[in-house]
Amino acid sequence: MLDDFIVRATLAGLGIALATAPLGCFIVWRRMAYFGDATAHAAILGVALALAFSISIFATVLIVCVIMGSMVSKLSGTTFTVDTLLGVLAHGSLAFGLVAIAVLGSPQLDPMNYLVGDILSVSKDNLKVIWAGVAIVIGLVVWRWSALLTATLNQDLAFASRINPAQEQLILTLCMAIVVAVSIKIVGALLITAMLIIPAAAARPLSRTPEIMALIAVLIGIVSVFAGLRASYVYNTPTGPSIVCATVIAFVVANVVGSLRNAG
Amino acid sequence: MTLATATKLTVKIGNTTVLHNVDFSIEQGEILTVVGPNGSGKTTLLRALIGALRPASGKIWHKPGLNIGYVPQRLNINATLPITVNRFLSLPRKRKADDIAKALDNAGVSTLADHQMSQLSGGQFQRVLLARALLEQPQLLILDEPTTGLDQPGSAAMYQQIEQIRSNYNCAVLMVSHELHVVMSASDRVICLNGHVCCHGTPAVVASAPEYRALFGSGTQGALALYRHDHDHNHDHNHTEAAE
Repeated sequence: MLDDFIVRATLAGLGIALATAPLGCFIVWRRMAYFGDATAHAAILGVALALAFSISIFATVLIVCVIMGSMVSKLSGTTFTVDTLLGVLAHGSLAFGLVAIAVLGSPQLDPMNYLVGDILSVSKDNLKVIWAGVAIVIGLVVWRWSALLTATLNQDLAFASRINPAQEQLILTLCMAIVVAVSIKIVGALLITAMLIIPAAAARPLSRTPEIMALIAVLIGIVSVFAGLRASYVYNTPTGPSIVCATVIAFVVANVVGSLRNAG
Repeated sequence: MTLATATKLTVKIGNTTVLHNVDFSIEQGEILTVVGPNGSGKTTLLRALIGALRPASGKIWHKPGLNIGYVPQRLNINATLPITVNRFLSLPRKRKADDIAKALDNAGVSTLADHQMSQLSGGQFQRVLLARALLEQPQLLILDEPTTGLDQPGSAAMYQQIEQIRSNYNCAVLMVSHELHVVMSASDRVICLNGHVCCHGTPAVVASAPEYRALFGSGTQGALALYRHDHDHNHDHNHTEAAE
């Protein structure tokens, strides 16, 4: 069964949908929509460095993403707010990544591959790495759920309940880095950030509690992966962007349903 | 019995020294109010006390096993985060439905359990935060300007609720307030803060202290300083309206 490339692509997409949906909820709640972009762009810088020095892409991307995330946490709330910092880091790391590729001379590296990826080329080994990463991320999020949620609501409430918000922020940063590191080569930066933000945003009008929102986001992510792959197969459209299109359609439908329900 | 103390507490935010050599303590069952002008370090003192800020020097001491209920001044809940009052009260620890109902009742908002947090009015929100603090079974309840954004009847009702809670839960209350006239009737002890402790003691003692009058009014008596404050406020208010 795993010999079929469509099956492998589906499993890769499902894994990523499972991990990105709950993470994406936290990113939306914390108003850090650029965080996904910044991390994914930092990953391109990581890929360039890894190829230039012939070291593991996975390890380099993971480290670069963790450094980027830590910088955001350290610097935010000082002179700049989070959105400004993320804007600087997202575009900065993309630009430095592209410059690094040119200077260090990695002819086999086409940055476009890392923006849209190629989910149809997923190998069995890729699948193992993706699902191992997904398992770690889901484990971390479920384990820290209450603490993450409290720290997201208000830092001082967290302190008063003996929760350290900086530690919870670090866990989120680490989860993001893992998701990006395991999947950037396969699905690309565009799909990762889209899968973070859009299913979570689509789930919002249908949800009354944070847990329901995370579950609906997972469902929307899964349905979008199936729909996008199917459309890509039938209409011969690019696969990653087709999946993103499906999430956007889900977002529109959810908002229409949500406002009809409020009106009625 | 002493619940918490600060000894020679100095707190810096960035390079600015916000609190300098502050000594204070809070005793079982008392209502202690911190007053002071804007930027005098009132909120900083509370945040240092709950551990959200680390002292640059000096010490914070809690009675071992002290339960603190904390009500922050203002809490913005992002509307993208859907959460009912019920769920909010069960964070980070799961609470029994009975306990939640009792806490909501004690905070005077027993009917709001199924409402979305983002749709509450300012006063309702403040009371839900109070209910959440009560679920800790606090020996010390800390409130940062609990009446921000409330009108006069609203804040009077809030202070009555706080006194009621003090006797129901037999806890100490430490709060920050701007409303000097209310402070005097509702507190056992007052600390007047302006980066350091200017003066402290019973409301009557503080009201007649020269340091207090220097901060809050130029009248010859503390009571007059309070009266003048109230009077000035109403006068300015009417005046502005007339001008518009």
